[in-house]
Amino acid sequence: MWTIIVQIFPYAIAFTVPLLITSLGGLFSERSGVVNIGLEGLMVMGSFIAAYTISVLYPVLGDSAVWAGLALAMIGGALFSLLHAFASINLNADQVISGTAINMIAGAITVYFARTITGSGNIHIVSGLGRWDVPLLHRIPVIGSLLFTQTYGTTWLVLAILLLSWYLIYKTPFGLRLRSCGEHPHAADAAGINVFAIRYIGVMVSGAFAGLGGAVILVTYSGEFNGSVAGLGFLALASLIFGQWKPLGILGATFFFGFASTLANVSQVIPELARIPGFILKAFPYVVTLGALILFSKSSQAPRAAGQPFSHDKR
Amino acid sequence: MESVVEMKHIRKEFPGIVANDDISISLHKGEILALLGENGAGKSTLMSILFGLYAPDEGSIFIQGKETVIQNPTQANSLGIGMVHQHFKLVHNFTITENIILGMEPKKGFSIDTASAAKKIRDLSEHYGLNVDPEAKIEDVSVGMQQRVEILKMLYRDAEVLIFDEPTAVLTPQEIQDLMLIMKNLISEGKSIILITHKLKEIMAVADRCTVIRRGKVVGTVKVSETSQGAMAEMMVGRTVSFTVDKKTASFGEPILTVENLSVINSRKVLGLSKASFTVKKGEILGIAGVDGNGQSELVEALTGLYPLSEGTITLGGVDISRASIRERIHRGLAHIPEDRQRRGLVLEYSLEDNLILEVYASPPFSRCGFLDREEIRANAEKIISEFDVRAGQGAQTPARSLSGGNQQKAIVGREISHDPDLLLAVQPTRGLDVGSIEYIHRRLVEQRDSGKAVLLVSLELDEILDLADRIGVLYHGELSEIYDAKVLDEHSVGLMMAGVQQ
Amino acid sequence: MKVKLPKELTVAFIAVLLGLAAGSVLMALTGNNPFEGFSYLFRGGLMSLERIGNTLATATPLILTGLSVAFAFNTGLFNIGASGQLLFGGFCATAVGLTLVLPKPLILPLMMLAAILGGGLWGVIPGYLKARFNVHEVVATIMMNWISYWTVYYAVPAYFKGQFLETESRKIPDYASLKAGWLTGIFEGSYINLGLIVALAAVAVIALILRKTVLGYELKAAGFNRDASQYAGMNVNRSIILSMAISGGLAGLGGMTLYTGYATSIQIGILPSQGFDGIAVSLLGANTPLGVLFAAVFFGILHSGKGFMNAMTNVPPQIGDTIIATIIYFAATSVFIERGIDTLSKKLKTEGMSLKNLLPRARFRPKSDDGSVDHQSAAETSDDGKER
Repeated sequence: MWTIIVQIFPYAIAFTVPLLITSLGGLFSERSGVVNIGLEGLMVMGSFIAAYTISVLYPVLGDSAVWAGLALAMIGGALFSLLHAFASINLNADQVISGTAINMIAGAITVYFARTITGSGNIHIVSGLGRWDVPLLHRIPVIGSLLFTQTYGTTWLVLAILLLSWYLIYKTPFGLRLRSCGEHPHAADAAGINVFAIRYIGVMVSGAFAGLGGAVILVTYSGEFNGSVAGLGFLALASLIFGQWKPLGILGATFFFGFASTLANVSQVIPELARIPGFILKAFPYVVTLGALILFSKSSQAPRAAGQPFSHDKR
Repeated sequence: MESVVEMKHIRKEFPGIVANDDISISLHKGEILALLGENGAGKSTLMSILFGLYAPDEGSIFIQGKETVIQNPTQANSLGIGMVHQHFKLVHNFTITENIILGMEPKKGFSIDTASAAKKIRDLSEHYGLNVDPEAKIEDVSVGMQQRVEILKMLYRDAEVLIFDEPTAVLTPQEIQDLMLIMKNLISEGKSIILITHKLKEIMAVADRCTVIRRGKVVGTVKVSETSQGAMAEMMVGRTVSFTVDKKTASFGEPILTVENLSVINSRKVLGLSKASFTVKKGEILGIAGVDGNGQSELVEALTGLYPLSEGTITLGGVDISRASIRERIHRGLAHIPEDRQRRGLVLEYSLEDNLILEVYASPPFSRCGFLDREEIRANAEKIISEFDVRAGQGAQTPARSLSGGNQQKAIVGREISHDPDLLLAVQPTRGLDVGSIEYIHRRLVEQRDSGKAVLLVSLELDEILDLADRIGVLYHGELSEIYDAKVLDEHSVGLMMAGVQQ
Repeated sequence: MKVKLPKELTVAFIAVLLGLAAGSVLMALTGNNPFEGFSYLFRGGLMSLERIGNTLATATPLILTGLSVAFAFNTGLFNIGASGQLLFGGFCATAVGLTLVLPKPLILPLMMLAAILGGGLWGVIPGYLKARFNVHEVVATIMMNWISYWTVYYAVPAYFKGQFLETESRKIPDYASLKAGWLTGIFEGSYINLGLIVALAAVAVIALILRKTVLGYELKAAGFNRDASQYAGMNVNRSIILSMAISGGLAGLGGMTLYTGYATSIQIGILPSQGFDGIAVSLLGANTPLGVLFAAVFFGILHSGKGFMNAMTNVPPQIGDTIIATIIYFAATSVFIERGIDTLSKKLKTEGMSLKNLLPRARFRPKSDDGSVDHQSAAETSDDGKER
C-alpha cells in the first residue's frame, strides 16, 4: 500500500496544484461579491495562451519559454475575465449567465484560433516543465520522498501564492475591504470603499489565477492544448464550496479531490486499485460537495452578497 | 446663531415626481433639528442630497458657512457629516472594530493595527457612554448595540453633524430612552444632530426645532418648546387630524377564535411564544400590542399555519385547526393581512387580477379542471377594485409592482375581506402608509367588526391599538398579558406593560 | 411577461446582430471574408431540403433544452444542469432501446418515458435539495452535470460497449430509432426524425401549462415569490420539485432526440453542449415557448451550416459556437442594449418621431387616473422600495 501511495503521490500533487490555484482565484472573485462559474473557460484560455506562447518562443528562449507562457497565461486570463467583470459589475448582468458565456466563448474561440494556427484544434508543446528535488529536504525520511522529490517549480509558486493570499485576505486593509464587498457592499460603499474597483480586482485575480491553473496543466502533465480542461474548472468551483470559501479549506478540498481523481485515473494500471470502481472515485467530489451543501445549509460561509449586483441607487 | 449646515432652495426631481421642491433648512451648532414628514414626503431624498448620494437639480449647500458641492458619501464624511441609516450598514461576520475602521484602517507595516483601533474605540465608547465591546461580532450583539456601533463609526471619523434616519423604528422602549440620552450627550459635547422621523413624541422629547415637510415642500419650522403635537401633526398632514376613530360600542357575540396555551419554538430554537391563551369574539376587535420581536411573528405564524406550533390548541369556529394546513385555515374562514405586503401579500410580478385570486385560484369559479377562467378572474378583480377604491392605472391588468404602497395595501385588504372571513387577522395593516390610506383601512376594519365579524389586530403602533381595539392584550418576551377591556387602559398603562412592568 | 415581449424581441434581435458582428470581426481577423463565410454558413443550413432537414434535426434537442431552461426560468429557477439531464435522459432511452426488442410503436413510448424519468430524476434531486435544504439550484445542477458525465462515462462501456469504439455505445437498432422513413424521405435523406414532432408538441404543452393552467399559476407564483405563495396556502416545496422535474424531463427528452434520433449511439467523455446552448436559446427566446422554438431553429442553422462553410472556406467550424456564445453574452448584458434602445428612443422623440409607434406595447409608466395622487403614490413606492 505504501509503495502505491509513494507512486501516485506526485501525480496527485500535480493534479491538485492547478485545481488549487484556480479555486483560489474563485475565492477572490466570490469574496468580492462576484460569482464566477467561468473558471473552466478562463483555464482553457490560460492553457491556450501558454501553449501558443511556448510554441512560438521555444525556438528563441528554450526552456525559459515555459515561464514566459505561464506569465502570459496569467495576464491573458486576467484580461479575458474583464468580459465577466464588465457584465457583472457595470451592467448588473446575471453572473451565472455571464459566466456560462465565458465558458462557451473560451471553448469556441481558442479552438477557432488553434485551428487557424495549426490546422488542427490542438497545440503541442515541445518541452514542459522540469522536475527537481528540493535540496536537503528531499532526504527527510518519509516526507522527503512524498513531498520534496521530483517536484515542479509551479507547485512551490502556487503554495507561495496561497500563503500570500491568506495573509492578504485576513490581515491587510485590502483583505478587509475585499471581504466587506462580498458580504455587504452597501456597508463598504458607505465606508468610502470603491466597490466597483474591489470587484474588478477580485474578478481579474480569478482570471489570472485560473489562467495560471490552465497553463500549469499544460506544462506539467498534459503537454498539449486541446480546447478543454475536462471540467477541472467546475471541480475547482466544487472545491471552493467544499472548502467553505477559505484559503486553507480550499487547500484541503483540492487535495482531497485531487487525490480521489488521481486514484481513479491510475486504477487501471495498478491492479490493487482496480477493485474500487472508477465511477465512485470520479463522481465522489461532486457528491460530497452536494453533501457539504446540505450539511452547511444552515451555517454556510458563502459571502452573503455573492452574485448580487451592486449599484449606488439602491440604498 | 451659527449654522453648521444650511441647505438653500434645494430641488430634486425624479421621473414623474418632484421629491424636493425649493426646500431650505438650517442646522445650528449644538442643536437637534427634527425633520418631520410622512412617508414619501421627501425627507430621505433631502438627506441623501446632503450626504452626497444624489446631486440636487437646483439649490446650494453651505457647510460651516462655506458653499460646498457634495459629490459622494466619502466627501460628506470628510466634511464632518455622518449618517446613521435606518438599515444598518454593518458586516455581520466582522467584529465591531473591523466594522468601524473599515475604509480607514490604521496600519502597522502591511497589516491592520487592530489593537490600537480597538483601544481608540473603547475610549470613544466610554467618553460618550455607548457601552460597546470592540471585539464582539455584529451578528452576536443586539440591535440597540448595532445602532451604537453606527454612531461610533461617525465619531471615529470625527463627524460634527450626525444625521439619524428614523432611528427608533427598530428599538425597544428602553433602548429608545438610552438613545435619547446618547443624543443629548452628543449635543452637549458640541455635535449637531438632524433627526428624521415621523414620530411626534420623540420630537417633543429631544428636538430643539422642527422643520416640517409635506409633498416635497417645507411647510414651516417651529420651536418645539412653543408648539404641540397636534399642531405639528396638522402641519405634516395638511389638515386637522382626528386621533380617534369613530365607532359604535361593540356588541360582542360568541367566541370565534379560541387559543389555549399556545407555545412556539421559533426558527432560532428559542421559545418565542409561551403559553398564550385568549379568545376573539364576533363583533370585536382584539388588539395585541407590544414592541417588535416580543412574540408577534410567532403568534401570527402559528395562527396562520406558516410555522408549526409546539404546544397548545387553536380553535376556529369550533374546529381544532392547530395542525391544519394554511389552505384549510383559509377555507375555514381565516383571512390574513400580512405585515410585509411586498414580501408576503403580493406577487409583484403578477397583475393585480392574478393577485386578487392568490388564495382561491384553485377552486371554482376561478378555475375548472385545472384550467383558469380568465373572465371570472377579471370580474372578481373589477369588483374588488371598485369596492375598495384601488387606484390602478391599467385596471385589473396593472402589474402589482407599479401600484403605490397604499393601493397595494387596499388591494390586499379588499382581497381578504372579499373572502368574507369569520376572523380577519390584520398585522401592522397601515405600516408605511400615508394618512389618507391609514384612515381608510381603519374604517374598513371597524366596518368588519360592526358587521359582526371578528378582527384580531396585531400592531407595533400603540396609537393604532388604542384607537381601534375593544379589548387589548400585550406581548412581552413571548408572554401574553391578561386581556383588558380597552376602556380601562390608557397609553401610559399599556406602555408600562409593553416595557414588562406588571400591574 | 406578455407586455414586455416587444422590447425583449428587440433586445434579442440586437444580441443576434452583435453576435454576428463579433463573428465577422473574428473571420476578418483571421484573414477570411466574412460575407463569403456567412453566405456559406446560411447556405449550408438552408440551401436544400436535406440541409433544412438537418437544421431542424440539429434544432430538435435545442428546442427541448431551451424549453427546459425557459420553464425553470419562468418558475424562478435557474437550471444550468440541462446538459447532465440531457445526457442521463438520453442514456436511459438508449439503454431501453438497446435492451428491449419490441415493435416501434411500443418501444418509442417506453424510451420516451425512460428519457423523461432519467432527466426528471436529475432535475428532482437539485429541486429537492433546494426545497428541503435551500441549496442553490445553480450549484446543485452543476454538480449533477458532472455526476451524470461520470455515470455515463463508466456505464456505457460497462453495459453497452460499441463494436468498434470504446467511447460510444452500440448502435441503436432501427426499430428503436426516432428516424422515420417517410420523414427522412421528404427531406431527401437528412437526419430529421420524429423528435421534431415531440419537440413541437412539448412547445405547445409547456405554453399551455404556463399560460392557462392552475399548475402554471402556482409554479410561477412560487418562482416569483416564495413567501407569498406559502402565505396563500400553496405547497411551495412541491412546486420547486415539480418545476425541476418538468425541466429535467424536457432536457431528458432532448437527450433521446439527440442520441436515438439525430445520432445512432451515445458518446462518452463529452458533456453535451446542447444543455448550455439551451440557456442561450431560452434567453434569446425571451423565455417564452414560441420564442424558444424560433431561437432553437436559428441556432440549428448556425450549427448545421458550419460544416459546409468549413468545407468551402478556411473558416473553422467553431465560428458557429463562438457566435452562439457571444449571443449569450450579449443577452446577459441586455441592460446595456435596453439602455441603448432607451437613449435612441429619447433621441427619436426629440426629433418628433416616437419609438412608441415602433414598439406599440413597450413598458411605460402607468398613469394614475387621479393626477394629484400620482405624485405622492410614486414617492411612497420609492420609499417602500428602499426597504428591500
